[in-house]
Amino acid sequence: MPKDSGIGASSKRREDVRFLTGAGNYTDDINVHGQAHVYFLRSDIAHGRISNLDTSAAESMPGVVRVFTGKDFEGVGGIPCGWEVTDKHGAPMQEPAHPILAQGKVRHVGDPIAAVVADTLAQARDAAEAIDLDIEELPAVLDMKAAAKDGTTLVHDDLKNNICYDWQLGETDNAKVDEVFANAAHVTSLDLVNNRLVANPMEPRVAVAEYSRGTEDYTLYTTSQNPHVIRLLMCAFVLGLPEHKVRVVAPDVGGGFGTKIFHYAEEAFCTFAAKACNRPVKWSASRSEAFMSDAHGRDHVTNIELALDAENNFIGLRTNTYANMGAYLSTFASSVPTWLHGTLAAGNYTTPVIQVNVKAMFTNTVPVDAYRGAGRPEATYQLERVIDKAARELGADPIALRRQNFITQFPYDTPVALTYDTGDYNGTMDKLEAAADLAGFAARRASSEANGKMRGLGINCYIEACGIAPSNIVGMLGARAGLYDAATVRVNATGSISVMVGAHSHGQGHETAFPQVVAEMIGIDESMIEIVHGDTSKIPFGMGTYGSRSLAVCGSAMVKATEKVIDKAKKIAAHLLEASEADIELKDGQFSVAGTDKSVAWGDVTLTAYVPHNYPLEVEPGLEETAFYDPANFTFPSGAYACEVEVDPETGQVSIEAFTAADDFGNIVNPMIVDGQVHGGIGQGIGQALLENCAYDENGQLLSASFMDYAMPRADDVPFYGVDHSSQTPCTHNPLGVKGCGEAGAIGSPPAVVNAVIDALNSGGKAVDHIDMPVSPSRVWAAMKG
Amino acid sequence: MYNFEFEKPSTIADAVAALGDEDAQALGGGQTLIPTLKQRLASPSALVSLSGIAEMQGVCVEDDGSVAIGGATPHAVVAREAAGSYPALAALAGQIGDPAVRNRGTIGGSVANNDPAACYPAGVLGSGATIVTNTRQIAADDFFEGMFSTALEEGEIITSVRFPVPQAASYQKFLQPASRFALVGVYVARFADGVRVAVTGASEDGVFRWSEAEQALSKEFRADALMGLSINPMNMIGDLHGSKDYRAHLVAVMTKRAVAACL
Ligand SMILES: Cc1cc2nc3c(=O)[nH]c(=O)nc-3n(C[C@H](O)[C@H](O)[C@H](O)COP(=O)(O)OP(=O)(O)OC[C@H]3O[C@@H](n4cnc5c(N)ncnc54)[C@H](O)[C@@H]3O)c2cc1C
Repeated sequence: MPKDSGIGASSKRREDVRFLTGAGNYTDDINVHGQAHVYFLRSDIAHGRISNLDTSAAESMPGVVRVFTGKDFEGVGGIPCGWEVTDKHGAPMQEPAHPILAQGKVRHVGDPIAAVVADTLAQARDAAEAIDLDIEELPAVLDMKAAAKDGTTLVHDDLKNNICYDWQLGETDNAKVDEVFANAAHVTSLDLVNNRLVANPMEPRVAVAEYSRGTEDYTLYTTSQNPHVIRLLMCAFVLGLPEHKVRVVAPDVGGGFGTKIFHYAEEAFCTFAAKACNRPVKWSASRSEAFMSDAHGRDHVTNIELALDAENNFIGLRTNTYANMGAYLSTFASSVPTWLHGTLAAGNYTTPVIQVNVKAMFTNTVPVDAYRGAGRPEATYQLERVIDKAARELGADPIALRRQNFITQFPYDTPVALTYDTGDYNGTMDKLEAAADLAGFAARRASSEANGKMRGLGINCYIEACGIAPSNIVGMLGARAGLYDAATVRVNATGSISVMVGAHSHGQGHETAFPQVVAEMIGIDESMIEIVHGDTSKIPFGMGTYGSRSLAVCGSAMVKATEKVIDKAKKIAAHLLEASEADIELKDGQFSVAGTDKSVAWGDVTLTAYVPHNYPLEVEPGLEETAFYDPANFTFPSGAYACEVEVDPETGQVSIEAFTAADDFGNIVNPMIVDGQVHGGIGQGIGQALLENCAYDENGQLLSASFMDYAMPRADDVPFYGVDHSSQTPCTHNPLGVKGCGEAGAIGSPPAVVNAVIDALNSGGKAVDHIDMPVSPSRVWAAMKG
Repeated sequence: MYNFEFEKPSTIADAVAALGDEDAQALGGGQTLIPTLKQRLASPSALVSLSGIAEMQGVCVEDDGSVAIGGATPHAVVAREAAGSYPALAALAGQIGDPAVRNRGTIGGSVANNDPAACYPAGVLGSGATIVTNTRQIAADDFFEGMFSTALEEGEIITSVRFPVPQAASYQKFLQPASRFALVGVYVARFADGVRVAVTGASEDGVFRWSEAEQALSKEFRADALMGLSINPMNMIGDLHGSKDYRAHLVAVMTKRAVAACL
């Protein structure tokens, strides 16, 4: 029997009522009395030196409050990077300045040059047109391999070259790796591109800042996945403000997908300008601005080689990747191609020797940072594509080849720095084979062929490291902050509960799922519990939501705080029941004395805690507890996916006919929400695989700068999914045994889709090894033509 | 958007008068013009809305059997009201954009705009329709003058478009994956005196007639009649979504499919 409340119940998402009825409160809904509007004048040139910037005419335009340029920010800090990567020679990464407004040079189309604050947005825009600007154009640095060469144009004049770092993980002895490959019975090599993406959450970024001259307090409302991180970075590194004078609020946020993790110049600008202008300042990005100023995702160019022995065992893996950083280092940019990517190179397999090489490159493009999956999709894609190619070359069954090389003993130490705690890759693959009816594929292929279509089956396995992250480990790896989280459980006198959590919900359903856990622990109705998030003045601390960490990390803090609450409540109950604390049991919201019929209700205990007429004097009144939780390890969700496509041999059009996901997320709190997360992730993965392509021309102009050219997946581009998460090996080191499910779909689906297309083409007699994503009709057609 | 005056006349004569102002511009459904204004790429002094002019609305069958569509008729209305009288054209209108676009966008606006990837130009040219304006009648063959360019004079209004109804017709649209305009769209219309084939989405010169295909199909109206025919890729559009070669290839495929759909 499925449960109807508590852990394991598919409770309906309570937050959807307000989202779907237009009662949400998004940052753009916030208007502060007397606010002025800011318009950013952005570079339409990819790379150049500002030779003239005269704002005098703009300043005298109607409604203009003030015009800011880079000069106003001399001496003010730049946007910091939160992760210092050490290169393979032991040197720190090259870390260029990232100014709030351009200082002398523009480095990508969209780089902000000046900001006009005016009474209305239209006036600000009018005035921006009156700014006299000349830019001396420089050659745009775009191709990563060319950018790595000596003597090429520099994106940052003060750096020694365009290489942020040259990093390595795994086997450091090149001779040893060479030997493995030299002795291999078979080597498969593949060159591939992990395409640049624009996250495009439905809600563009917005910032509203106000400053009180009386109290010297600032409030910043912003579209963020992690308001505490924004406050920390902005106060400590950019504006030099005391944290207690700054409140950062991220109210309802309309999707993030990673791109709202980062601290952006516009947030710092509005906060700075609110004081400088002594007026609240509001900025709302247009969609066009979002395309050229939200951090982009992915953008890796990789060569991967897999060595197999005569029995088809994987014996070696080597990758060489160029990872695009864009023009500046965004908040987590440096960690994505390294510690979130290289560490996943083993995948689900026992490959003993692995070497990962990554050169991170500066180019004249929008900064690139974490996007749903962040590094792990890139790792999975290259590995699962090369395995598929190896299977084809060897005439091996792609599932059998994978099974043969699966890790089956846990815990498992990979050669690339991780220890997987649990997993059951064969068990999950069994679930997939059944759920996807792989036995019936041959018949489905035959019927597609009868309709003149080629049909393909693509298999993919993934492992991800999430529940980010054990602070001591990431500290050793260069993270400049710990990645623990916190929760306060505040019980009210009448027994209802507010839980202040550091995680931020922007679509994930925390407002529903988190109360399920507390309700289960205490045995009260979910509706008595509410989550408070997204406001630094209300919650103790929080590193926010990304890396599928909310439930695994913040949820664990919530469990700990709830345990403390229960412990204290038991003391009070023992006093009321005149029994020993050790004998008190809590079940279904009733405290009872073991072995008796004496009991007292949750509400009576909570009332006693706050209205202490009859109270144990040795216990402090009140019932509120806070806990911080630092995970002992990453969590390791894994899964096996199957995708079936049809390809139109005349046009190259690919249509996804079936998609099945079998995931192991450990324990599951709300199966419906988990299904939804997987659906959304697969949708985004299909978008990457078939449609989305953030492309620049040779001058650094963004070709896909709007939805006219950037293809987002629509409902009819994706099939109805089969999702099975009955394979469950609970996480061994967090109290709920949960692993995280937010990114899985986006990690596991792109290789499944591309593998399926390649399978379809080969079944139709077209010997095609690889097509880069997006696998658009024109690319498929070109590949078929040969 | 820059500021502008707004007028909504109820007769063609008043609209023509309002458009007499040099920087005034006609507003159909605004599905192209409003985004252009939002990006500050145009700054008309006045917008003259045509949506309040009753004589420019709706679909009617004329005495000679041709179908006349008012210049301010939204795509959704054509999709609905021409479904009986000219099904292929109604189907074309029903494939434009999404419901919001179809309920606002108009045939006059689409034809006047002559976007190289728009659907209507293929239907108009493929049908050999007549564009009726406040001053004259223009044959489709003389109307489309290349990407975003037409025979319309400054201030001239498309009041209706008159379509002769072919024996059979079909529009085959291959979607550009992002915009879902036509990456290539082919309109094939079979009349008693011959076949017309109009192609949109493909050429740098905008909508065009594929005369070799027309000749072949006029002789023998079968998909096989197109075998061996191909389009020179040279003047095709090549972009992010498809190379010149790919578009040339798709023209042949979509033409074949349109013929098959007619049979
Ligand atoms: C999301 C989206 C998707 C779309 N998809 C498609 C598609 O798949 N296929 C397709 O063909 N189109 C598509 N369109 C375009 C749509 O069909 C519009 O109808 C068309 O762009 C213009 O029509 P309109 O009535 O909106 O004209 P407006 O935008 O109002 O005007 C366009 C131009 O025509 C002029 N004009 C308007 N009416 C007249 C008239 N009666 N006489 C003379 N000049 C006039 C205006 O002055 C202006 O210059 C799409 C648009 C959007 C926004």
